[in-house]
Amino acid sequence: MTGFRLPSGGQIDRSQPLSFQFDGTAMTGYSGDTLASALLANGVRTVGRSFKYHRRRGIVGAGVEDAGALVTVGTAGRSVPNLKPATVPLYEGLVATPVNVWPSLEMDVRALHQWIAPLLPAGFYNKTFTWPSWHLFEGAIRRAAGFGTAPSAPDPDRYAKAHLSVDVAIVGAGPAGLTAALALATSGVSVVVIDANPRPGGSLALTDPAWAREASATLSRAGVRVLTNSTAFGLYDHGLLGVVEQCAPPGAELSAGRVRERLWLIRAARCLLAPGLIERPLVFANNDRPGVMLAQAVRRYLTVYGVAPAQRWVIATVGDEGHRCAVDLLAAGLDVAAIVDHRAAVTSPAVAAATAAGIPIEWQARLTATLGRRGVEGARIALASGSTRTVACTGVAVHGGWSPTVHLYSQAGGRLAWDDARAAFVPSTPVARVETAFGWSVGEACAAGAAAAARVAQAFQRSTVAVALPTAPPADAPLQPLWEASGAEASAFVDLLSDVTARDIRLAAQENYVSVEHLKRYTTTGMAPDQGKTSNLPALALMAAATDRTIPEVGTTRFRPPFEPISLGVLAHSRRGALLAPSLTLPLAREHLGLGAEMEEYGRWQRPALYPRRGERREETLVREVLAVRNGVGVFDASPLGKIELTGPDAARLLDFISVQTLSTLPVGRVRYHVMLTETGTVLDDGVCARLGPEHFLLSPSSAMASTVATLLDELLQCDFPAWRCLATAVTQGWAVLTLTGPNALALLSALGTDLPLSTLPHMSIATGRVAGLPARVARVSFTGEASYEIAVPSTAAQTLWHAIWAAGTVFDLQPIGLESVLVLRLEKGYLIHGVDTDGETTPDDLGYGGGIARKASDFIGRRSLLRPEQRRSGRRQLVGLTPEDGVTVLPAGGHVLLDDGTPPSDGWVTSSAYSPTLARPVAIGLVADGRARMGARCQIADGDRRIPARIAALCAWDPEGRRLHG
Amino acid sequence: MRSGRYSAWRLLREGLSGHRGWGPAWRSPEPQRHYDVVIVGGGGHGLATAYYLARTHGVRRIAVLERGWIGGGNSGRNTTIIRSNYFWPESAALYDFALRQYEQLSRELNFNLMVSQRGLLMLAHTPHDVELGRRTFNAMRLNGIDAEWLDADRILSEVPSLQPSRFPILGGVMQRRAGIARHDAVVWGFARAADSFGVDILQGTEVTGFRTDATGRAVAVLTNRGEIGAGAIGLAVAGSSTQLADLAGFRLPVTSYALQAFVSEPLKPFLDTVLLSPATGCYVSQSDKGELVFGGALDLFPSFAQRGTPPILEQVVAGLLEMFPTLARVRLLRQWAGCVDVVHDSSPILGPTPVPGIAINCGWGTGGFKAIPAGGYLLAHQLATGQPHPMAVPFGLERFSTGRLIDEAAAAGIAH
Repeated sequence: MTGFRLPSGGQIDRSQPLSFQFDGTAMTGYSGDTLASALLANGVRTVGRSFKYHRRRGIVGAGVEDAGALVTVGTAGRSVPNLKPATVPLYEGLVATPVNVWPSLEMDVRALHQWIAPLLPAGFYNKTFTWPSWHLFEGAIRRAAGFGTAPSAPDPDRYAKAHLSVDVAIVGAGPAGLTAALALATSGVSVVVIDANPRPGGSLALTDPAWAREASATLSRAGVRVLTNSTAFGLYDHGLLGVVEQCAPPGAELSAGRVRERLWLIRAARCLLAPGLIERPLVFANNDRPGVMLAQAVRRYLTVYGVAPAQRWVIATVGDEGHRCAVDLLAAGLDVAAIVDHRAAVTSPAVAAATAAGIPIEWQARLTATLGRRGVEGARIALASGSTRTVACTGVAVHGGWSPTVHLYSQAGGRLAWDDARAAFVPSTPVARVETAFGWSVGEACAAGAAAAARVAQAFQRSTVAVALPTAPPADAPLQPLWEASGAEASAFVDLLSDVTARDIRLAAQENYVSVEHLKRYTTTGMAPDQGKTSNLPALALMAAATDRTIPEVGTTRFRPPFEPISLGVLAHSRRGALLAPSLTLPLAREHLGLGAEMEEYGRWQRPALYPRRGERREETLVREVLAVRNGVGVFDASPLGKIELTGPDAARLLDFISVQTLSTLPVGRVRYHVMLTETGTVLDDGVCARLGPEHFLLSPSSAMASTVATLLDELLQCDFPAWRCLATAVTQGWAVLTLTGPNALALLSALGTDLPLSTLPHMSIATGRVAGLPARVARVSFTGEASYEIAVPSTAAQTLWHAIWAAGTVFDLQPIGLESVLVLRLEKGYLIHGVDTDGETTPDDLGYGGGIARKASDFIGRRSLLRPEQRRSGRRQLVGLTPEDGVTVLPAGGHVLLDDGTPPSDGWVTSSAYSPTLARPVAIGLVADGRARMGARCQIADGDRRIPARIAALCAWDPEGRRLHG
Repeated sequence: MRSGRYSAWRLLREGLSGHRGWGPAWRSPEPQRHYDVVIVGGGGHGLATAYYLARTHGVRRIAVLERGWIGGGNSGRNTTIIRSNYFWPESAALYDFALRQYEQLSRELNFNLMVSQRGLLMLAHTPHDVELGRRTFNAMRLNGIDAEWLDADRILSEVPSLQPSRFPILGGVMQRRAGIARHDAVVWGFARAADSFGVDILQGTEVTGFRTDATGRAVAVLTNRGEIGAGAIGLAVAGSSTQLADLAGFRLPVTSYALQAFVSEPLKPFLDTVLLSPATGCYVSQSDKGELVFGGALDLFPSFAQRGTPPILEQVVAGLLEMFPTLARVRLLRQWAGCVDVVHDSSPILGPTPVPGIAINCGWGTGGFKAIPAGGYLLAHQLATGQPHPMAVPFGLERFSTGRLIDEAAAAGIAH
């Protein structure tokens, strides 16, 4: 317990105490705290254990760069694992628990890994665990790996998605972003500012918070939207910016209806990236000990949160930031034992201030190690003289320089250049529609922001306004990079979250994993949830040193979205449960339910599967419904059948081009069955086409393929034949279709009252007129094998038609027929269902529709492919009937057809199978090699270990002459 | 091997002496002027080709040319699934050959590929899915591939974290021998083993053209590091195949698309099998490190860019949460894309090309990783003997003119 709350100061609200829990212990913080600042204020040093070695880890940073330790926040279904405490705003009742510890944070069994660490270098698992097999070891390794635990219950909270279209999106509300926003605020372009923190300002919190507050107010008055608590996670192609807004802190209980997070997809004509700098740590022995923190993070805890992370400090630095940190510590009443500066003595205002405060400064010195048991208790310093000194301290602030946050710029395709003076990668090449603005000091950042804003304004032919700039501290003296302060020790960490050490980097170099991507993958550096924000550059520098190259020669890895981890829930937003794939409802859904229909989903449609009567078993219902159609009349709802109207002088030409059959010769008022192909000559869909007028056709694709066919027609008309005068309009949902089918269908239709010439309406024809007083199209086509009349009326008239049919139907003992019965009826007749009885290799000839192809005069999609040897060879799988030898076994759909001796290879498979009530025996169809030539041949149906003797039979088992269709 | 033999004892010994004895896993030599075989593409397939050329066929002077760093293409960007649950006998033979190699490659290569045969379960959500699933299950059994049909109760007891809400689970096909392997280790394992046979792995070597002799035979590869003579040339460049074919002067029926993949933050063990849901197109496994590794459908438009886009991200994540609603608060760590070489029957192209002297291995589309040992073995056979291996015969380029396609998506109703 070393950290404490300073008696005064900070930008927290001390009048609002908040109680929270960490690792089972009740603690208190204040409104405005983060979990990290509150933990430090409560004296917590060890916050978690590391991934591999289970070493103690504490708070290191004060924002997204914090790579110290991860926690789970919240409980049960509201828990969020793997959070950085510095990014979690404190709230009343927050519950946080450490991750990857057992049985407890203090007594973690796997801390033993530290003692066998020499056996666990980078890639150790590649070199062993192969005998007898990896499976023997995998379980233990898996249990040891992983950070937090997935929530135990489904997430009760809501997520939302929003789109925003603006002229300029500014990422980052620090000095650069705010200056740019102010400069553009009244220029007439629309601006949105995005910042991950609860309050805008960034590093201004340390230098001029009042200016940041005033800037926010000005922007708000000017109508500039500022999205706070919002992380820009990805900059995608064409300037699409992905942002997640935290509407509530993680783990918090939300009142009903509140949104936890919102996904923003922002289309900005210009993106102005001003995300600031990330401070780099230093690599030395035991640099991961709790108490070692980034220098500016220490300043933030002092200034923003009024928290002293420790009492007595040593500062290790390569630039002026360490000196500023020392002065701030002293001003807060804390002790600074020494500033250890890697540079030869420099003069600068920051150094002068530290000197004036009487802080001892060791120039050209390095901090080489920390000492201590549960946290920092001392530091070892290599002095310029060559001697070594050990200093007692409880905190170590480190500063290794700055890296610009280039992630979004790099995602957008920007290339980085090495800035030797600053020892950092900086944006170099211009990226279309992207501006970057960053600076090494507040003053430079503001200037860069103003300049970027001016470039943006120019693009819109506007001008910016002058901005009164915040107080800017004087510029720093140059830094002197130091990539590794001490060499040999095993515990000099480069990537804290992945437990990668300087030795691991050198081992990768020694084994020739020298490409930066190999380095990353071999050592796992930069692959933990902090994504290497602080570790990437030190790792590159160590690799450069180990391979005698410069850092830019080693290169950088590709930055990939997201910049910060984002919850899966917000990415799915409303696409959950029923809304993931909304189902389609029939206009008559309520009426079907009123008749006791069992609704099931077919494609996306909820349709009546069966209409069981009380006490009826499923099989009994099927038999009753099927026989009702064969012997009387039934009605079924065929509304989902696709309906595309084609009009225009070139409609017939287009239909000829998409069909195997010739449809242009179809007389008005007639209907023709046709098959459509893909470019590879396989069946895309089948259906019927009706001609309503000389230039007016109605195409009926199967319900499953209706939208695919409509899209194909659109593509042909828009891309391939834009000059053709044809309009294709999908009207599937505009019409309700009720099909009367059975020997009494005609009588019932007559009884409904119609002006149609029913007696002269042959099979495969269509007529337009009135039925039961409603405007209707009646098509005489059949999917059951019985005479059938499809009555189509506008969807809004569906109920009227329905009631009329039932009023007239009673005397005919009309019965409602579910789709399951229709499927049996069509199977008895040998009618195929596309996608069930065909597959992506089926050609028209395989279905018995190959006849007219050679004679067809015009070209059509797939024709070329049908002429290839494979499509013309004999022995292809053809659609035929199959009957069980025993006459009673229903053949299993999905079973394969084997030659009579029952050995592989497969000769095909059963595609549809059922018990036929009409024939009182099983019927099945399937695709069987050379099936039509092998009519009557014996075969075996293989399903798992079962073998069922069967025979190849005719496709059509009921009324093969088709007398009932024409009767 | 220059890096010496790997073993637990060696690890212990090196551990006690500061790991100073490990040599390079492979060398980075200067290119020679001529090789017996030049392989373009330093991914899994190219490196495996070099390995089998050296080991099986005794070819000694071999170079693998890689534009960037080995394993930087789809070999390092996939979701690490290995399986052989294929429908057609030709595919089953090919992919099961690969899986059988994977089962023993860690020991053969003396490099732990972390082959984890935790099973792959393809779910069925509708009665139609069940029939198609049974068709696949029976096909696998007849092809000699291990397959089990699991009913819904069995699935929910094996994967208790499954809590579907929109798409019920009616059953599924399980291949127990399927699973995952560490993708980088496959690349490195083949590279190290090939290097030990003297194969020159030339990273940072970009092919800019081919030189042909008077008969039209390709005899050299032009690169940014100069011309390299070749007795035979093998191409194994996946998404870049059409671009290399352009340079060589022939066309391929290949279209390149971005295929995205995603990982979550590392979690404690949550999912022990590989799961695939046809209704959402989403598949997922959990890596040994604890990350959920998942993916879905291709991007809709052809592209050579190896970048992700938000629409597919949203769609795939929604599919994942449909299976596992408790993951909504778990966070996405990374999103990326590979450039996959899609052929319209979703099967590979293996064999000679219209340019004498050049053989090709491409067209694996979204499923190349699992086939690496087979792709390498078969291309090596072609390059060494000048003839396709019997297993590769059905996969020749001529099938696009004969029409004898091997369309897995067609029969199984599932894309690769």
